[in-house]
Amino acid sequence: MGPGHCGRGTVWVNASFHKMMRSEAGKGLTLVSPTLIYALLLLAAPLAMIVLLSFWTQNFLTIERVATLSNYREALGDPLYRALMLRSLRISGTVTLVTVLLAFPVAYFISFHVRPDRKSLWLFLITIPFWTSYLIRVFLWRVILAYDGPVNGTLLGLGIIDEPLSWILYNANAVVITLAHAFAPFAILPIFVSLEKIDRSLLEAARDLGESRAMSFLRVTLPLAMPGVLAAVLIVFIPTVGDYVTPRLVGGSGGTMIANMIYAQIFDLNDRPMGATLAVMAMLIVAMVLLWGITRARLWLWLLDRAGGGPAGAALALAAAVVEILVIRLVFFQGPAWIGAGPSVIALLLAATLGSALILWRVPKGRWGI
Amino acid sequence: MKLNLLAVFATLYLLVLYAPIVLLPLFAFNDGTVIAFPLQGFTTQWFAALLNTPALHQATGNSLIIAVSTAILATILGLFAARAATRYSFPGKAGIVGFIMLPLVLPEVIVAISLLIVLMQLGLDSGTWSIIAGHTLICTPFAIAILQGSFANMDRSLEEAAVDLGETPWSTFRLITLPLVSPGIIASLLICFTISLDEFIIAFFLSGNEPTLPVYLWGQLRFPARLPVVMALGTILVVLSVLLLVVAETFRRRGLKRAGLKDTGGFL
Repeated sequence: MGPGHCGRGTVWVNASFHKMMRSEAGKGLTLVSPTLIYALLLLAAPLAMIVLLSFWTQNFLTIERVATLSNYREALGDPLYRALMLRSLRISGTVTLVTVLLAFPVAYFISFHVRPDRKSLWLFLITIPFWTSYLIRVFLWRVILAYDGPVNGTLLGLGIIDEPLSWILYNANAVVITLAHAFAPFAILPIFVSLEKIDRSLLEAARDLGESRAMSFLRVTLPLAMPGVLAAVLIVFIPTVGDYVTPRLVGGSGGTMIANMIYAQIFDLNDRPMGATLAVMAMLIVAMVLLWGITRARLWLWLLDRAGGGPAGAALALAAAVVEILVIRLVFFQGPAWIGAGPSVIALLLAATLGSALILWRVPKGRWGI
Repeated sequence: MKLNLLAVFATLYLLVLYAPIVLLPLFAFNDGTVIAFPLQGFTTQWFAALLNTPALHQATGNSLIIAVSTAILATILGLFAARAATRYSFPGKAGIVGFIMLPLVLPEVIVAISLLIVLMQLGLDSGTWSIIAGHTLICTPFAIAILQGSFANMDRSLEEAAVDLGETPWSTFRLITLPLVSPGIIASLLICFTISLDEFIIAFFLSGNEPTLPVYLWGQLRFPARLPVVMALGTILVVLSVLLLVVAETFRRRGLKRAGLKDTGGFL
């Protein structure tokens, strides 16, 4: 490569660079670049780092920089990690279900029954508690749910119970209650937005054409609100799986979650590679579970509609759901005895993900917008 | 009847949402060392105790430095991205903006440990600056969400008129665009300040021996005798957050009014 060629090349690159800079796309990219570079340096690079670290191993005080799957083998095979991951998913799943079920009527009320000029006040009131110290709110739940706390005091005073409830603090139930409270606004806002977008004349049309109030809700409002419900599910499920504070403060030993184990690996056991492995696994499993949930929701709703949407359709969808869940449970609990813990989990995840891909490819996105 | 049931449910929901925060001042002014009912009488001694706790003052100082720096940095980064996202179309826009907004849904533990591990592997000491870096990362999406609203509501023809009248792009931005989005900028600064002030996980992982206010609070939770003081501190923090939020909301609405638009909702 001669100097002449190099010079011409530079001139050409310069000219096209300036041309690009003046274009719409160039200006946009230039403007977004500081923020993008920041996110790449502080988010993408560190995430890549923990993925890399997860393949290394801790050898007393030094880190063995030889790529191996031994951390993953241990994380998948050790019953302790399996139980912890399963419990995290179960707690987050319950929190998501409770939060979304309770949030929907509130979002519906604000969107359909509150005067338009009062709506922003309601939303503001709902978001205020979210902006106050998370730590303090979680700690106050420990006070509220305590053996001698206000919940037990009120129930005792009213004569509903004879002795204080002990199953509401220092276990998984307490974690569910506290997290459901903390993430309430996250669920209300997206559902509210999707409800606000619904063209009210569609509902009038449904009523004019003879649908009952309940049926027009089920067949018009609910399907159109589904994208908001889905957003609410994502925005509650993902952060709650990785919550550290709530399990520590109100969970006791029966409510420990995966984030507590990640912390313990890094700070107490000084095994950073194992901490990184658990973090990567948590992210992968959450992604796969969400993919499973979304695609199966699409499949079940599709089955429901295919069978005419009536009780027969509901029965068909329910049957499909129950069968798949039973198979998954069977493989998860019996698999370790048959083919080993690691292989059974991997086989399960692969099969579920292949199924998800198949559904995304073959089953059309229906009127539910999922 | 259906409407009434819904209204009752929504009101109850709101009450439960506020229950913990309402309890906070009750215990902060309660003249007893045990955080439980019945209340023992009124006192301000726990607030007085806050005044002579040097470690607390140190933590407050750290938190203020971090929150102010984070607010400024995140708002500047937010301005770039929000302007680019509302004004221009460029290849990969959805992916780029989506990636920048990712910390909004990513568990904070993941952000915290990935930053910590990078610092450890590079052999750097974590400290105030690393918390600022982490907080800026998680606050930027909030800044973008707020500023995107401001930019989207702005009348583009005002900028075009300024350019037609001979202003340079930079002076147009300074004289026309900036004043029009200034309510959004103030709202973004206040929100980012509030988030950073309350943020615990990233600060906990990265603080080293310079605790922030929430990290100090966490340490105090282990000592039952310190709990009334923690309640007093919590009361102050909650009042401060709510005040900042009300101011931010006022500015956001003023911005909407200036743009001549109807209010359609709150933040996010």
